[in-house]
Amino acid sequence: MKITSHTTTIVTLALEGELDASSAIKLDAELAQPALLTCDKVLVNFQQLSYISSAGIGMFLSHLPRLQGAGVKVVFFNLPEKILNVFEILGLDALLHLAVTEQDALVR
Amino acid sequence: MTSRLRVYCSCHNLQQVRDFVRHFLLVASPSERLVNQVVLAIDEVVANFIIHSNGENADHFLDLSLALQDTRLDVEIEDYSATNFTLAGGTPTLDMPAHLRQGQRGGLGLVLVSRLMDQVAYFERNAHTVCHLSKTLS
Repeated sequence: MKITSHTTTIVTLALEGELDASSAIKLDAELAQPALLTCDKVLVNFQQLSYISSAGIGMFLSHLPRLQGAGVKVVFFNLPEKILNVFEILGLDALLHLAVTEQDALVR
Repeated sequence: MTSRLRVYCSCHNLQQVRDFVRHFLLVASPSERLVNQVVLAIDEVVANFIIHSNGENADHFLDLSLALQDTRLDVEIEDYSATNFTLAGGTPTLDMPAHLRQGQRGGLGLVLVSRLMDQVAYFERNAHTVCHLSKTLS
């Protein structure tokens, strides 16, 4: 996972590889960083992610109330089709901010 | 066609499970979406057994078997722990808006399994819990 900052108020998390019950622990540490609470927006780039299980999805969902409560907008973008399919099966496509491209995510 | 894998109960072995399933499915040439659905369902059940039934004790193991007949895939995951991991309440349900509001971390895995596979069943065999999954790959 890499973190890049577009500005002081937008942070992008670039996911890589496969996010499962084992690797989701690292994601938890990143999402728990206090610095994220001072952002306007956290963008999560799925382009390099080839797999996600409920552990990875659940990790995001567990941090959302805290981030959103602090006024941070979280936008997921570049979801590969097979991963978007999982979000759709859970009904998350209707409840989360999803964008096709990074440009779309920046303006959402 | 059939294949078996013994999985020692560490979450670090989930990658091995997914790779095993992906390799097995190559012969059926299903779509990437379908492969991901099957891999995910099996990963979820195996992870549940590893974490909740076996406490991630790497001395314990599960046996995963795959069988493909025409387009029908049958999967069995046999758990040898003392935990009776059967779904007493039937198919798990999910109120996703409420789940989101509450910021719950868990509770999605078995819901996913029930939605991804055509059939999900848990039963006892020789005092062990067996999870049987099936799906038509078309």
